Amino acid sequence: MPIIEAQGLAKTYRVAQKKAGLAGAFKSLFRREYREVKAVSGVSFTIEPGEMVAFLGPNGAGKTTTLKMLSGLIHPTSGQARVLDHVPWNRDDAFRRQFSLVMGQKNQLWWDLPAGDSFQLHREIYSIAPAEFQATLGELTELLGVEHLTKQAVRELSLGERMKMELIAALLHRPRLLLLDEPTIGLDVVAQAKILEFLRDYHARRGVTVLLTSHYMRDVEALCDRVLVINHGRLIYDGPLAGVIERFSESKLVKLRFETHAPEELSEFGDVARKDGPLAELKVSRSRVAAVLAAVLERYVVVDVSVEEPPLEDVISRVFQEAEPAHDAA
Amino acid sequence: MTPPEAIPRGLWLRKHAAIFRASLAERMTYRGDFLLGTILRFLPMLTTILLWRAVYEGSGQSQLSNFRYNEMIAYLLLVNISRMFSSMPGLAGGVAREVREGTIKRFLIQPMDLIGYLFLYRVAHKITYIITSFIPYALLFGVCAGYFDQMPGLGTFAAYLLSLVIAFLVGFFFEASVGMVGFWFLEVTSLLYIVMTLNFFVSGHLMPLDLLPEPWASLLRLLPFQYMAYFPAVVFLGKVTGLELLKGLLVGAGWAAAFIAISRLLYSRGVRRYSAFGG
Repeated sequence: MPIIEAQGLAKTYRVAQKKAGLAGAFKSLFRREYREVKAVSGVSFTIEPGEMVAFLGPNGAGKTTTLKMLSGLIHPTSGQARVLDHVPWNRDDAFRRQFSLVMGQKNQLWWDLPAGDSFQLHREIYSIAPAEFQATLGELTELLGVEHLTKQAVRELSLGERMKMELIAALLHRPRLLLLDEPTIGLDVVAQAKILEFLRDYHARRGVTVLLTSHYMRDVEALCDRVLVINHGRLIYDGPLAGVIERFSESKLVKLRFETHAPEELSEFGDVARKDGPLAELKVSRSRVAAVLAAVLERYVVVDVSVEEPPLEDVISRVFQEAEPAHDAA
Repeated sequence: MTPPEAIPRGLWLRKHAAIFRASLAERMTYRGDFLLGTILRFLPMLTTILLWRAVYEGSGQSQLSNFRYNEMIAYLLLVNISRMFSSMPGLAGGVAREVREGTIKRFLIQPMDLIGYLFLYRVAHKITYIITSFIPYALLFGVCAGYFDQMPGLGTFAAYLLSLVIAFLVGFFFEASVGMVGFWFLEVTSLLYIVMTLNFFVSGHLMPLDLLPEPWASLLRLLPFQYMAYFPAVVFLGKVTGLELLKGLLVGAGWAAAFIAISRLLYSRGVRRYSAFGG
């Protein structure tokens, strides 16, 4: 049975509109104008136990709104979902004991207390048996290398350390489902790598189902085999990570090394992406790669050749730029 | 508080004991602020005593309504004790802030109840506050012992303690209910200011309700606010006795129950609204 089943989930927010300036502010005291904003419009997907899936999309695409519906924070305007065999927005305790939501920009730990105190509180909130609690806590702090920090007030920790503590707090009750919203936002490269390594290890060990949003391609490439791409509230791709490039990029990158200088006439074979001494890179549409290679090799002396996919980061950012314009209802 | 479903009672208590311990520890962090706050609280009391002395001397009467001068000063000292139990600084504003800043989310995501959590947090704060301010208060009352003509008997004292518990419950659930308004109006500072200013008067914190002309005095005694200041003080002074006392305690407990119900209702409505609109 799937862990998450979403069917036609949609959410429309009503946002109060204020005209700029004092006169506008005064007017809105008496008569408010509202605008409807479709954050998510009809998203359907299924996630099976043990999957690690990334939710990709630019800011405002509807990623966080979807996570909020799946965790029961908000009601959808229409559509249905079953998460861990519960309707999430009923907020049954039995449901709430089985998942965790970590938001990179919000903290759940007590600011003035050591993280260890917050962990104890979680132990009680989730009624975790003491022995199990100790074992889990030991395992998590060791994996993250933060054994020495649990007695320090949370406000004195660095952003990376705090994120590690948030993850520990979220995992203490061994949730079956982990929802992560931008878990590495604002972190430096080292801290980011550490968090990613941890998530990979933990997933392998415990087989927890993970759905994460991020706009760092690095996170996604490191963790997820499957991605959901969402833009303007619609799901535009659901499938393996590798398929994103095939689906959204018509061209491949042909890298060539010539014996002497790269010839000038290369542009008749494709877009010249780079030319530097004997090196040249050509952007060639998928269907023409074989023909272009044959022609180049026939005409010139080529020392080395390789055909590569364009970087995922570029492909994705192109997808987001090209997608249809916003379709907010008036 | 009714324990949430599906958790055995023992576990519910343990969970909340942990919230209590954590709150206590957090409260201890700011010792300095605490001590200073306690000391500064006594300054206005001195001016109040001087003011009422002038009022009595100016009136040329030994008794205003049914309060002699000594009783009046004793009353004014006692309402401070009442308010120590019933005032809830930051409670309503805190709820509104949780809604505005979105930290209310953790109460929706985790198997935890907002009102229960705030209640234990507050009990912890009150206990630390009462313990740490015990010595300064004891000193003050020692100095002012002359204003107390007689100490209450055991029965009256028991009723007094009960009335303080009621003061705490009414104070907490009243202000929690006000805080729930934050689900509808994100900013409640002005509303709070009005409520607190009015409360200062209608609870009898400023002066005994008996000094007001009728029908105001009787009217205010029908409202719940008197339980936050006036009622415990007059119980201590032995001005309410017998059946009247029993009735007062029962009505007070009734008000506490009513505000528990109101705050619960507003909370569940508020959460429904929150999850429909915001998040």
